[in-house]
Amino acid sequence: MIRSTHLPLMVTLATFVLAFALCGWQYPSMLSTRVVANLLTDNAFLGIVAVGMTFVILSGGIDLSVGSVIAFTGVFLAVILRDTSIHPLAAFVLVLLITTMFGAAMGAVIHFLEMPPFIVTLAGMFLARGAAYVLSTDSVPITHEFYDTLQDIYWKAPGGGRFRLIGGIMLLVFICGALVAHRTRFGQNVYAVGGGGPTARLMGVPLARTTVGIYAISGGLAGLAGIIFSLYTSAGYSLATVGVELDAIAAVVIGGTLLSGGYGFVAGTFFGILIMGLIQTYIVFDGTLSSWWTKIVIGALLFSFILLQKGLTWATITRKRTATGSAQQS
Amino acid sequence: MTTPQAPLLHASGISKFFPGAVALDEVELKLYPGEVHALLGENGAGKSTLIKCLTGAYRRDGGTITLDGEDIDAKSTAESQELGIGTVYQEVNLLPNLTVAENLFMGRQPTRLGLVNRRQMNTQAREALLGYGLDLDPGEPLNSFSVAVQQVVAIARAVALSGKVLILDEPTASLDRDEVDLLFGVIRQLKDSGLSIVFITHFLDQVFEISDRATVLRNGRVVGERLLADVTQHDVVTLMLGRQLEATVQDRKAGKPGALLLEINDLAKRGMIEPFSMNLHRGEVVGLAGLLGSGRTETANLLFGAVQADHGKMLIDGREARIANPRDAVAQGFAMCPEDRKTHGIVGDLSVRDNIILALQARQGWMRPIPRAKVHEIAEHYVKALDIRLASLDMPIRLLSGGNQQKALLARWLATEPDVLILDEPTRGIDVGAHAEIIALIERLRENGMALLVASSELEELVAYSTRVVVLRDRHQVRELTGDEITADNIVHAIAAEPEKGAA
Repeated sequence: MIRSTHLPLMVTLATFVLAFALCGWQYPSMLSTRVVANLLTDNAFLGIVAVGMTFVILSGGIDLSVGSVIAFTGVFLAVILRDTSIHPLAAFVLVLLITTMFGAAMGAVIHFLEMPPFIVTLAGMFLARGAAYVLSTDSVPITHEFYDTLQDIYWKAPGGGRFRLIGGIMLLVFICGALVAHRTRFGQNVYAVGGGGPTARLMGVPLARTTVGIYAISGGLAGLAGIIFSLYTSAGYSLATVGVELDAIAAVVIGGTLLSGGYGFVAGTFFGILIMGLIQTYIVFDGTLSSWWTKIVIGALLFSFILLQKGLTWATITRKRTATGSAQQS
Repeated sequence: MTTPQAPLLHASGISKFFPGAVALDEVELKLYPGEVHALLGENGAGKSTLIKCLTGAYRRDGGTITLDGEDIDAKSTAESQELGIGTVYQEVNLLPNLTVAENLFMGRQPTRLGLVNRRQMNTQAREALLGYGLDLDPGEPLNSFSVAVQQVVAIARAVALSGKVLILDEPTASLDRDEVDLLFGVIRQLKDSGLSIVFITHFLDQVFEISDRATVLRNGRVVGERLLADVTQHDVVTLMLGRQLEATVQDRKAGKPGALLLEINDLAKRGMIEPFSMNLHRGEVVGLAGLLGSGRTETANLLFGAVQADHGKMLIDGREARIANPRDAVAQGFAMCPEDRKTHGIVGDLSVRDNIILALQARQGWMRPIPRAKVHEIAEHYVKALDIRLASLDMPIRLLSGGNQQKALLARWLATEPDVLILDEPTRGIDVGAHAEIIALIERLRENGMALLVASSELEELVAYSTRVVVLRDRHQVRELTGDEITADNIVHAIAAEPEKGAA
């Protein structure tokens, strides 16, 4: 059964299928497992951070700090692996703890001090970026045999595509994210907060726990994305991933999640990521276009999705008016 | 009265203080099992404060609440829900973005292996709502249903969660008659199943239709508890107001209008109001009567320049006046209190003082601020003159009750000392006491020589204060009643006189 709330997701899905078909029609070689595998690998860190962003936006908030947190994580790992003999797995656990606590702290400030998420996470963005600079201003290479082991894990598909570990982790994060969002009480609480905080409180939703949890998830996933990014680039650099938070927000919105909160699906974000990756791949295949065209197309897509959302909101309002007849709104 | 049972819920000696005001003073409420108990009082009498104390939204400053004989002290609405007290508010307090089933089961979703079992949730929701006579798909988002359905879902949720006491805070305010019947059916069913229900509303007819007992509050005190079978509406109103309604008895001896002030010749606006002509004298109240959509509000807006006329002219003191916008109108000595005071009247977050001074300052121009002392003096004067009840002139006006907001709005325009005062539905949404005061005020202003034009849907009210009544129908001026002709019957006749011709 198709419900009206599923419509943005359907539109995203249709956009992706149509775009992929168009690409395949123009460049038949794009329809290969190799392209698909690269799509997953190249966008792994962005996808993971976008899952966290989906939770934040579903609750009606925003998290501007994630790009900086990714950079911080990368630099932190690179420095700690260079200067100490600690095993990377232990470093991973440590950095995930730090980033999750960082997110939770921002959530606590947002909830208890009743500050707008925009400002709090903006401060978080500067903090995390600054911390990364303090650790090192240069790009620090990561050379550790464990990294090489992880990077060598892949599954070779029939068409020659290599599905690497980091793409798999992203898929796993999306599946877990979808389960948490749609099938747990915490997920329901996230939607409830996005639907209206005061009402949610009256309905017995634990606002504090939910808000702190949401930003902790976003921070933790940004940390995980940072680990993935360090595996992807084998380095940590404090100037990396500037503006990734905005890419993540774009993916979430293109995925059909309403920026004002309350409506959307984690699966939509997945296709949002794929659409953005596809545009990039197309430009690579074309070869003559400037890579900045990616931004232009994403901008246009974003704009049309915002228009779509507005249109759907209007449509529901008018439908409701006819449904209630002459009954007056108090 | 004999009460064989002990009360299910017994609140006694409840007190609540706000800075500068006593909201509740030793209030007692006894709620017996299986009864509908109406909580009555004017706006600002303390009904909602009492409810908030019962549900834990406010902490009470004194008194005890017992439920089933045990002392309870809920610190939050969630806690009182668990104890058995559920509340449904006027604005449906559910989440419009979630489905009906999700709303119904928020916080207590059926789970399997830690995951929410949506299928089971939807089935249970459907069964639960069938019990209330609603057959709908609980997987649809809540905002795709009408307010009445949402209200029933809210009740179903409250009952399922709490199941002892159900508090309904003005649940019928935005429902039409059929929807009210649906809701009352649900309430009777719940009452028969032994639930105690607190019912709050402004509609006395509904109180007598559904309730068994009533507790009446006035100024934060209980002034009476009555079995409704034993009393009449008049008794209850008298209790609520503590005095007889003065405006119901009316002598119309002062029907001597002064000099001609305003002459309206064929003023019209295509699609809004057909040519409209009228004279207005000093010391005269002209009532505008008609059904909803007959052009009452449109006429008022036209005169005030909020809408520009495309035909006809207006003469003030015999000279033609051009009124292109409300600024011109104010400059010509007009003032208007609009129908929708929340969106077109008050500036909610500004203080009462600033709200009162707004129109006068606007007429003076922003370059010449009114001295602070003068502002204070004016505000004080009107607060006293109109008996606006407030804790301080500095409090935001949105915190005042409806009647007091309306009086503050009147004060705003009276401060400009207008020649012509236009009132559009001056008594809408305010309680009976403030109602009578505003009617008395209209009388007083007329006696002082002001010319008033009052649009209202309440015929009794128009009859009470009008020296003339202009009746509108389908944007046409159909009749003018004067002197002894002004009765509610005659107005109804004029509205209904001709059957609509060629109505599409």
